[in-house]
Amino acid sequence: MGKEHTEEYSIIGKPIPRVEARLKVTGQAKYAADIEVANMLWGYVKRSPHAHARILNIDTSKAEKLPGVKAIITGKDFNGFTWGWSQPTRDEEPLATKKVRYLYEGVAAVAAIDEDIAQEACDLIEVEYEPLPGVFTPFEAMKEGAPLVHENRPGNITVEYHWNFGDVEKAFAESYLVREDTFQTPRMAKGYIEPPATVAYWPESDRLVFQGAKGSPYFPYRILSRCFKLPLSNVRIITPFIGCDFGGTKNDMTNGDFSTVMLAKKAGRPVKIVASQFDTLTTDLRRHPMWITMKVGVAKDGKITAIHNKIVSDGGAYTRMSPLTHFLTGICMGMPYHLPNFKHDVTCYFTNNPSSAAMRGHGIYHTTFARECLLDMIADELGIDRVEIRHRNIIKNPEPGTIYETINNVHIATAGTEECLTKVAEAVKWEEGKKKERIKGNKAYGMGFATGTYLSGTQLSAHNACAAIVRVCEDGSVNYLTGATDVGMGSDTVGCAIVAEVLGIDLKDVDIKRVDTAFTPADPGSYGSRVTVLAGEAAINAAEDAKKQLREFAAKKLGAMEEEIVFKNKQVFVQSNHARSVPWERLVRMACYDAPGRVIIGRGHSKRATDLHTLADFSTGKGDIGTNYSFTAQAAEVEVDLETGVVRCTDNSVIAHDCGFPLNTQAVETQVIGGSYHQGVSAALYEEFKMDKGLTLNANFVDYKRPRAYEAPMTEVLHVITNDPFGPFGAKEASEGSTCSAPPAIINAIHDATGVWIKDLPAQPEKVYWALKEKREKEQKKEKKK
Amino acid sequence: MNDELKELRFSVNGKPYELKVKPKALLLDVLRKELKLTGTRTGCEVSACGACTVNLDGMAVRACSILALQANGREVVTIEGVADGDKLHPIQEAMVAHGAIECGFCTSGMVMSARALLLENPKPTREDIRRAVQGNMCADSGYVKYIEAVEIAAKKMQGGE
Repeated sequence: MGKEHTEEYSIIGKPIPRVEARLKVTGQAKYAADIEVANMLWGYVKRSPHAHARILNIDTSKAEKLPGVKAIITGKDFNGFTWGWSQPTRDEEPLATKKVRYLYEGVAAVAAIDEDIAQEACDLIEVEYEPLPGVFTPFEAMKEGAPLVHENRPGNITVEYHWNFGDVEKAFAESYLVREDTFQTPRMAKGYIEPPATVAYWPESDRLVFQGAKGSPYFPYRILSRCFKLPLSNVRIITPFIGCDFGGTKNDMTNGDFSTVMLAKKAGRPVKIVASQFDTLTTDLRRHPMWITMKVGVAKDGKITAIHNKIVSDGGAYTRMSPLTHFLTGICMGMPYHLPNFKHDVTCYFTNNPSSAAMRGHGIYHTTFARECLLDMIADELGIDRVEIRHRNIIKNPEPGTIYETINNVHIATAGTEECLTKVAEAVKWEEGKKKERIKGNKAYGMGFATGTYLSGTQLSAHNACAAIVRVCEDGSVNYLTGATDVGMGSDTVGCAIVAEVLGIDLKDVDIKRVDTAFTPADPGSYGSRVTVLAGEAAINAAEDAKKQLREFAAKKLGAMEEEIVFKNKQVFVQSNHARSVPWERLVRMACYDAPGRVIIGRGHSKRATDLHTLADFSTGKGDIGTNYSFTAQAAEVEVDLETGVVRCTDNSVIAHDCGFPLNTQAVETQVIGGSYHQGVSAALYEEFKMDKGLTLNANFVDYKRPRAYEAPMTEVLHVITNDPFGPFGAKEASEGSTCSAPPAIINAIHDATGVWIKDLPAQPEKVYWALKEKREKEQKKEKKK
Repeated sequence: MNDELKELRFSVNGKPYELKVKPKALLLDVLRKELKLTGTRTGCEVSACGACTVNLDGMAVRACSILALQANGREVVTIEGVADGDKLHPIQEAMVAHGAIECGFCTSGMVMSARALLLENPKPTREDIRRAVQGNMCADSGYVKYIEAVEIAAKKMQGGE
């Protein structure tokens, strides 16, 4: 794999229209809220009006008497069951029983014949609370004597890591310049527009069917098996189409998910719960707000000598994925710049806010923002060009066959950062642009640069199962089965394309269904940019296995050695003599009919995630979290209104992206434009949950701002091909890394335009206005002194 | 609240309907729950995301924010009524071919806003398109390919390629 010549491929490496696009564009695609089952009831969750309170009593008697109510549950129905991201962090109940830890946490649920009755019944449930003082920032949470969110977790510490590589103190002492600053990333919505929904029913008393918007369906598979004491064979999770995820809630469980299943059990009828957008924006998982103090030492030539991170983070009420998030804030610091000394101290605290969790650019997003802004500050102080200082530090693309190892034992076979940066600087004509006048009337223009990296093909112990089944039907059509879930990124299309490519058939010959745990192989699902790299490898192996079985027949039929048989363009022929051939359909039919009872089923799994290097160690910060790593460089131009502080990203922006080899160029472009640059613009300039003691003040898409089509910049994507030896057909992840580089590029551009630093995201107009005003006043004072 | 059912006569995707609905029923709920036309999506419920956009007498409206009874005597077209049988509308065709669609949740609304635009203004500028779909929120496409797809469709409908 990792072939050099794309002409060898029939399907991959080109723009491939999505296999499911027609269903989506005609409205036929079914999302979770669209599912209806005969005899179905509607469920509704009763939520706490307190952010932190002891539950003294729950009285459901009035609700029970409401006509149309079919079942009522409270947390006690779950018999003390707790769950969490990993075995030691099972700190959450399906519905709170003793204490609520964030506002609107679920405490009971009702199933009724329609939604209005279910909601009315929830209003009739009387819950007696004893309100408790809460902690709403990590700085309150860390104070001595602060109220504890979890009584068994002293200091409110969710998770902390302290790593040390090389000799940071010595390196700082010997550095020409040391610069330290604090940056802040806000609490952000995941941004999916589809509110989570679930339908559950029990076809038999020990068999469960659960259809929900789940990007990682094998998480509820395991969790519900444990919760309801069912063998895994009896838990059937079926995924409908999913209206985006971006990490977090749709990987995990919600109060509503558990409630649907328990209500369906109790009522003996199917139950559906559809979250409202208000529920989604007040209770779903968010991006961690972090305070990142980063200290960077450099030599006189701008080469980085050491980095020390001190990070404080708000994990919210429950642990959820926080152990992974905070590990990720540091594990990739050794890329894309050479880093000889590195220290990482990160602490996440419990608060009485809704829980935080994974979100695109998971963890890496925060430290990339701080580092890329600091690099510009240092470049300016040393009088080095901002592109040049990056070039001086970039890890060069390793020679083929060699591996670059970071100080914390992360292994890189390919790194296209240097080429990416060169390309974007050329594309925006930086050499000419940097001399241009920045101010035009009441507008200022500036250009910013940043680079980014991201892991692909996440390696997490106990979460690496990843397999594929390729079932060749007797007419030559193919069913491709995978447990990997497409939440919108296009992995179903890429998987089908890979199978078709390997078997030498057309894309339309390969069919994929949505994940169904009754049939598809176990898989961790969509997170950590893992699907294309790992499920892609599994698809290759499964298709190769099916091909091997067919090759035996072809060799017999064509009187040739098995190694000589080639599958291409729906023909199977002998390499040395193409005339000795048999059409694909005919070969398949012969193979299926030749031996009675035979069916052609190929099996394959991904081995790279576990076989490649050493698994990452959370306690030491060493080892490979990825199978390989993507790289990005980006240039973004902004226009700042000097009177109002409004910042607009112009169309003059370019992202160069090294995803190894783009398997579907069209999908990579749409992902990089939308899923990273555009989301980056949104993160840099718009998005932030405003909170008041655990209450989300802007829990709707009117007050929670995001860019609209008229303010969306038209950006350009450049592909940098590095053909990674560890990815399927040379591929690495696409577009999660570029999510991380967008906000610093924009903040750097604002500084380039105006000279002000916005170190706490987002750069909303008011913040920019005050920063500009402060700068003007300082300058005026200086003038007066003269 | 007066929950006495009221009569609603309207046309949906060219088909006449006579229903009895609650006065408070939203057009969105009647389309999705009564007529089972689930291609119109429920997103924000406050007219902010545009996932529920339908065409009412050719205009793009948010089905979450008008009462079903306001459609009385009028013509509604939903995403299910845009294609001509198996033949996709040029807007749909362009969105598929141009790779605009990702998760697809906003797609129905995008198509309906674009359709209303092209009915009113067959030769829109890029700025016109941006304004026409400004009420349609998309989390993952960055709008760029949707906007370009509408341009492609408009050209095609004008007889160009």
